[in-house]
Amino acid sequence: MADRITLEVTRYQPELSTAPEVESYEVPLRPEWTVLDGLNYIKDQHDGTLSYRWSCRMGICGSCGMSVNGDPKLTCGTFLSGYAPGPIRVAPLANFPVIRDLIVDISDFLKKLVRVTPWISRPDERPVSEREYLQTPAEMEEYQQFSMCINCMLCYSACPIYALDPEFIGPAAIALAQRYNLDSRDAGAHLRLDVLNTPDGVWACTFVGECTTACPKDVDPAAAIQRYKLTAAMESVKGFLLPRGAR
Amino acid sequence: MARRIKPTERPVEPLLWLLFSGGGVAAALFAPILLFLLGVAIPLGWIDPPGHADVLALARNPLTRLVVFGVCVLSLAHWAHRFRYTLYDGLQLKHSLINLACYGGALLGSALAAVVLLML
Amino acid sequence: MTDHLVRDAGERAPLYRPHVSRLWWVHRRSYRLFVLRELSSVFVAWFVVFLLLFLRAVGQDDAAYQRFLDWAANPFVIAVNVVALAFVLLHAVTWFNLAPQAMVVRLRGRRIPPRMIMLSQYAAWVAVSAVVAWLLVGR
Repeated sequence: MADRITLEVTRYQPELSTAPEVESYEVPLRPEWTVLDGLNYIKDQHDGTLSYRWSCRMGICGSCGMSVNGDPKLTCGTFLSGYAPGPIRVAPLANFPVIRDLIVDISDFLKKLVRVTPWISRPDERPVSEREYLQTPAEMEEYQQFSMCINCMLCYSACPIYALDPEFIGPAAIALAQRYNLDSRDAGAHLRLDVLNTPDGVWACTFVGECTTACPKDVDPAAAIQRYKLTAAMESVKGFLLPRGAR
Repeated sequence: MARRIKPTERPVEPLLWLLFSGGGVAAALFAPILLFLLGVAIPLGWIDPPGHADVLALARNPLTRLVVFGVCVLSLAHWAHRFRYTLYDGLQLKHSLINLACYGGALLGSALAAVVLLML
Repeated sequence: MTDHLVRDAGERAPLYRPHVSRLWWVHRRSYRLFVLRELSSVFVAWFVVFLLLFLRAVGQDDAAYQRFLDWAANPFVIAVNVVALAFVLLHAVTWFNLAPQAMVVRLRGRRIPPRMIMLSQYAAWVAVSAVVAWLLVGR
């Protein structure tokens, strides 16, 4: 194995130009190094102006998502050796506006997340003196998979529907809504129904399934979305058949 | 904030999806064998065609007519819904005329299916 | 929450918004497969048309039935139907493979494993095909 590899990194510095450019940097090809290590080396040794997000470097914070050879990846878990001899294209996460270099604006997702009521919602909040809400292991298993989301946005980057229609609420938001819908302690499903049972909610999704492929935490947002389509459809049918009072 | 559309104001999408799903199942179960027999095996002479009297008797059976009608209606609904979304996903075409052509086409096809089955 | 960057003089740094190509689905194998899967719906519609043409001929008389069989044996029609068969097979296989992801089925409180859901769909497919084949040409 060679001891160096080239990273072709997208640079976007709005104070210098109006469009992104690609710059090549050579970094050591160490077997244990990830793309993130490569970027840190570039910033350290080649160009201190390179800007990118990262934090935990162990796949749990969700900060370091970028496009590596066209695939949305967490750069802290993507090894350079997997792409040898290279070069490796490192670009900002697709489908988001780029602020600078490899940093994208994810405020759209943050707004959508709030809209799905991503917390335990109950009309009767118990006081602390009445102790905890109890939940069996089986009840926890119902939503546990969807609770693994680290908000890394790789699913939005992979989703062609989100690319075409930025109004689409998106995979992670729906998966997180399901995380609470399926939680036995929650009573807020009707709040989320109003947001998700809309043309830009679950109905924009055509089950491409790329979100599940891209997800680094095995959340399977595609499953969350399709399951919710059935839930929402059943609610709509009930809405047709049952009089208002019975619902 | 944009006005949120309540589910009861737009109950159409979920119902269209249910028809699409039913059609997906119906088409998956019935289309391959029927296209294989009627479109490939019999025309190529691999299998002898059924006699006219036999197939007419089979087709006239009320259960056959019901099942065939159901499969046709659901399969057309499946096409209409999926094709409408494909035009948007693939070619970025979205227009109420497309919706009319798709769902209207499915309704027309369903009516034709009813006519053909009743006239057996 | 702001969706622009405000700099010291109140100036906005321009966000770069990449353009989405109309042919976005060409560039990735999984996207191409997705589009092929979606296009299979056209051949599902063709299946309905072909079936109705068949039934219409059956409903008329033996001569019309024979004319249909002759038309179906036309090489161009056979070619269309071979392509259609390939696409409806693609539809069936992708549909059955995706169904377990789309639904959670419970029997007596326990969740049926996805493999069982898939196997039972394929079993149903074989059963339906066998019944249809027997009814049509097996007697």
